[in-house]
Amino acid sequence: MHDQLSNPVNNEPGTPRLHLRNGRVIDPKNGLDAVADVYIADGRIAAIGQPPAGFAADRVLDASGLIVCPGLVDLSTRLAGLESELAAAVAGGVTAVACPPDTKPPLDEPGLVERLIRRSEALGLARVFPIGALTQQLAGVKLSEMISLKQAGCLAFSQAKQPVLDTQVLLRAMQYAATFDYAVRLRPQDHYLARDGVAHDGEVASRLGLAGIPVCAETVAIATALHLARDTGVRLHLARLSSAAGVALVREARHNGLKVSCDVAIHYLHLSDRDIGFFDSQARFDPPLRSGSDRDALRAAAAEGLAAVCSDHTPVDDDGKQLPFAEALPGASSLELLLPLILKWAREMELPLLTALARVTSDPAAILGIESGSLTVGSPADVCLFDPLETWVLTPERLRSQGKNTPFMGDEMTGRVRTTLVGGRVVFEA
Amino acid sequence: MPNPQLNAHGELAHLLSIDGLSRDILTRILDTASSFLEVSDRDVKKVPLLRGKSVFNLFFENSTRTRTTFEIAAKRLSADVINLDVARSSTAKGETLLDTIDNLVAMHADMFVVRHAASGAPYLIVDHLRRTGRSDVRVVNAGDGRHAHPTQGLLDMYTIRHYKKDFAHLTVAIVGDILHSRVARSDILALNTMGVAEVRAVGPQTLLPTALEKMGVRVCHDLHDGLRGCDVVIMLRLQNERMNGTLLPSAREYFKCYGLTPKTLALAKPDAIVMHPGPMNRGVEIASEVADGPQAVILPQVTFGIAVRMAVMSILAGN
Repeated sequence: MHDQLSNPVNNEPGTPRLHLRNGRVIDPKNGLDAVADVYIADGRIAAIGQPPAGFAADRVLDASGLIVCPGLVDLSTRLAGLESELAAAVAGGVTAVACPPDTKPPLDEPGLVERLIRRSEALGLARVFPIGALTQQLAGVKLSEMISLKQAGCLAFSQAKQPVLDTQVLLRAMQYAATFDYAVRLRPQDHYLARDGVAHDGEVASRLGLAGIPVCAETVAIATALHLARDTGVRLHLARLSSAAGVALVREARHNGLKVSCDVAIHYLHLSDRDIGFFDSQARFDPPLRSGSDRDALRAAAAEGLAAVCSDHTPVDDDGKQLPFAEALPGASSLELLLPLILKWAREMELPLLTALARVTSDPAAILGIESGSLTVGSPADVCLFDPLETWVLTPERLRSQGKNTPFMGDEMTGRVRTTLVGGRVVFEA
Repeated sequence: MPNPQLNAHGELAHLLSIDGLSRDILTRILDTASSFLEVSDRDVKKVPLLRGKSVFNLFFENSTRTRTTFEIAAKRLSADVINLDVARSSTAKGETLLDTIDNLVAMHADMFVVRHAASGAPYLIVDHLRRTGRSDVRVVNAGDGRHAHPTQGLLDMYTIRHYKKDFAHLTVAIVGDILHSRVARSDILALNTMGVAEVRAVGPQTLLPTALEKMGVRVCHDLHDGLRGCDVVIMLRLQNERMNGTLLPSAREYFKCYGLTPKTLALAKPDAIVMHPGPMNRGVEIASEVADGPQAVILPQVTFGIAVRMAVMSILAGN
């Protein structure tokens, strides 16, 4: 089986030759951070620095004062409405998104996967990489047809938020996936320990009388997954870590030579359970926002490169949030906030942009095994041009996503996407 | 983050929780309740403070007793009281909580008394009233999930003040299912605000919330440790559904370990008072000899509760 899938958007010859002039080019994959010109032809990066021989641009984009980086790669995007959410993606500089399998119906049939890819290709916005269901109907009972799903275009297999209650089924699913070197992604949360819980089991939940989800719901699930991964040799990715103890388990496993990757969603780098305030349902997340020290551990894990960062974009409408905290739907709209929130984290942690942007470009691309996420000559010209200093205030009207719910509503954001290219075509211009 | 139950002048606009209320505000409510207590002893048990006002009792969770005490309190203030059995009507037809509120506001409600199974539901209502420009409509939390039951907390403070006069040197033990108890949370906050010497929380780990000590209590797993030398014992009701074997093996074993009997009560000070928010489970958390004994002040709590609820409603209407 091949490691790198062909990209769903064709890089057909005839796309315009572009010259991105005088931008600060940051390409984490290649360790590049320098003011340079970028040349694009046939949908691919043709050269950086000096133009290729005989290059004549159809269009010159002045990137002075802007940062030119690979388009962001998002490890988890829920596509409520395909067109609105993919438009939101490119408006946020995100050029490739992995779609978890808990769509309706779930992605457990090759036909559904093909249709999703075909419909997203037709829109010509961000690239969509479906994640297949690990078990049929995500029910955690029978293995899905992984080979057919892989051939249809699935990059990896997961249960999204659904549990596999029977650990033997999980073992078998990992063994089967490992047979064909397919990657398995799991959101580590023990179903029983998290049952009925709606907030981090700590001081805030105790004071507010909210049912708690203890940290051990995460650590128990991580420990189980790591043991099974060790025994089966499967490529394991642990998605949406929420706790310091969870991070420590993954770090230790990596230290001991296990090939395991992990990610953290952007909100968890900035928020903690204290942001629930007086029952603010905008701060309802799954897994729950945990304590300030957990948040600091996640920030550090992302800084050191242990964890990639994703948006975990989950559009929720007002009806889903205008409910008592425990009844409100978890999640937030975040595709269009991923870049400014990464920049905020980088500023606060005093991280070089080269490091910070790696977490949302080259790192997730490596986890997914896709060509995107770099400006390597010859790779697809998925590019984000942004003004790192421009500030803007987040209002519902600014969001292209159908989901207008986010705990950051009304906040000032720094960093604004100006132009997004996918396969060398301009798909967004501010 | 501003406390949503206070207005711009720091006065009580709604009563949602004891959280964030000063000792002055609590004391004013208790003092006002004192002045209402004699109203209940008159032949004509009414004052005209809420005449012409409509108080809606919105009980999304059934509770005849609490609803009745609010109804009596509102009627003694001369308000028009409308009881809505929402648990069985609109929400059963799929209407959302906020749709129900909008409809009742359109019927010119002046005050909502809300009981809801979800922690924080009254905060959602207050936030909605603010966003729709109707912050003049008052909200009293009559119990939300496990979170708060502030009028119970206040009537407990009233009772303690009545019998003990001063909070400063008191040791108070709260015994039982604190995890699921909105009464316990309100009592813990109120006792600490009133400045008692020590609050003890007594129960097995399965019935105590995580990090409870951060709320200003000493956690005791042993009933004897918890009761020794205390001035006030607050027993909590053990809900029947908590005895299904996942949190406690059985009611019998619970009573053996945490039940208040004449023998265990003897560990407290001789003049200690015994309180219970009701309804009691005799033989589960409390022995009848104690419940009916000389140290129990459980029925006076109920009487004081009406005066305290009158005080809360009249203060909210006046601010």
